[in-house]
Amino acid sequence: MLISSLGQGLLWAPLVIGVFITFRILDIPDLTTEGSFPFGAAVTISLMLQGHSTFIATLAGFVAGCLAGMITGILDTKLRIPSLLAGILTMTGLYSVNMHIMGKSNIPLLDQKVLTNYLPDSINPDVQTIIVGLIIVSIVVFLLYSLFKTRLGLSLMATGNNKAMSAANGIKTDGMIIFGYMISNGLIALSGSLIAQSNGYADIGMGIGTIVIGLASVLVGEIFLRGRKVMVRLMAMVVGAIIYRLLLTIAMGLGFPPDDLKILSAIILVIVICVPIIQNRINTKRQLKQYLAQLSEGEDYEQRNEVGNTSGQEFAKGILSRDGE
Amino acid sequence: MVKNLQKVFFPGTENEKHILKNVSLKVYDGDFISVIGNNGAGKSTLLNTIAGTLSADAGKIVLDNHNMVKRPVSYRARWMSRVFQDPKMGTAGDLSVAENLVLAQDHTNTFSLRRFRRVDRWNRYQELLKTLNMGLENRLETQVKYLSGGQRQALSLLMATLSKPKLLLLDEHTAALDPKTSRDVMDITREIVTHEGLTTMMITHKMSDALKYGNRLIMVQDGQIKLDVRGEEKQNLKSEDLVKLFQD
Repeated sequence: MLISSLGQGLLWAPLVIGVFITFRILDIPDLTTEGSFPFGAAVTISLMLQGHSTFIATLAGFVAGCLAGMITGILDTKLRIPSLLAGILTMTGLYSVNMHIMGKSNIPLLDQKVLTNYLPDSINPDVQTIIVGLIIVSIVVFLLYSLFKTRLGLSLMATGNNKAMSAANGIKTDGMIIFGYMISNGLIALSGSLIAQSNGYADIGMGIGTIVIGLASVLVGEIFLRGRKVMVRLMAMVVGAIIYRLLLTIAMGLGFPPDDLKILSAIILVIVICVPIIQNRINTKRQLKQYLAQLSEGEDYEQRNEVGNTSGQEFAKGILSRDGE
Repeated sequence: MVKNLQKVFFPGTENEKHILKNVSLKVYDGDFISVIGNNGAGKSTLLNTIAGTLSADAGKIVLDNHNMVKRPVSYRARWMSRVFQDPKMGTAGDLSVAENLVLAQDHTNTFSLRRFRRVDRWNRYQELLKTLNMGLENRLETQVKYLSGGQRQALSLLMATLSKPKLLLLDEHTAALDPKTSRDVMDITREIVTHEGLTTMMITHKMSDALKYGNRLIMVQDGQIKLDVRGEEKQNLKSEDLVKLFQD
């Protein structure tokens, strides 16, 4: 169970990283996800059915996602449609596009080789998935890590953080936002392409709920791995994707039917949004109580030791060092 | 140089407001202009139109022989830079002090694929931050959102002047600060502007600042430039004169 969630989690990781780019770096909840995920799947599977190589088909899935992202980006920046609506528009439009590409609502692979088939047959299929997932996730994480170390990556982060300031410093913010949408949706489509290969089919409905899965995984990842460094944040997304799969597998193991998984996803998202907020509130309260208690304790202390007080200074130091933490 | 600038808000509706009425202004190299005026007089609109956040409805903005009236903010950034009134506006809070300085340093390479972290830059930033006297030189890696308003504003100022702009726009950049910090930031401003010989336009609500700083003073009223004095004439100007003009 653990091994299969690990493999599935790795295949979902590009989607989570993609959602992370729009949601955390650009600060946009991008609903294009629901369209670009099956878009990647549809493009990959139909190209494979037409006899193209698996690698090219997978890459084409990624590029297709980039195009979808570009459209949302243009709607958002150049036509000034609110980002939420821009995503909905692209997602809706993509439904028809996907239907045209696939020709019907579900297309199965016949005997085409998927990425895992390039590994020796002697390996267990779950392990094959893990290997393929690890290779792809490593490439994605490495490329993004390098990107965020360049001036381009910095411009992207600045645009998401403070658009007015970025423009005032010469950054073409519209271009940056479109670029962000493109890599984000490219990765999401790549995930769709991998999942379709792993399932053995592309389905028109496979995108439903992916944005909730993506957001929940981003938040779960951030709960488990905190940090400001780019590498840590990217790794947190991978961890989030895997843990999220594990949660769903556990739920299935408890006897929930697959139809209930969507509502479970939604509930998990609500929980992971609320938990950190409540945690934070409780934490702040406790710290405050401690601090105030220490203050009054300190006063008692001073009154008691008015003559020959030696350790009063130590106490003051204690508070200061706490501040420094 | 600004020529025949017009700005009308909400044209054709009953809320129509003609904010800039044929404003023309020639800024000379090395000018440090203080801009004052009532609320709603149009001084902020004038600055925003020059910076490009608002588009002009008619007229020309020529800087260095480039007419940039139709150009976006990011294009104009090569020639002019700006410090906002709100300390949060001028810096990216989630990025570190050093990263913010990188953003301000090369405006032309925003799509570059080179690594932005370089030792020589970091050393230079440390030197520059030391001159601010705000203890920022040891906080290069601190996220800007953890700095105080005064520190953030001083950093914005440093960022705005890092690329040696042809025109520096200061939009009431000390209005959100307490009196002492405000004075400190003004002192830093004067130091940098005179040291680098920057051409500057500064909007201010404080008449004392307008009189104390700069070699030229402009008063904007009702969408027009009502007063424009420079040099000795400005030195002799008293706050009573300004108050009288305000009341007219």
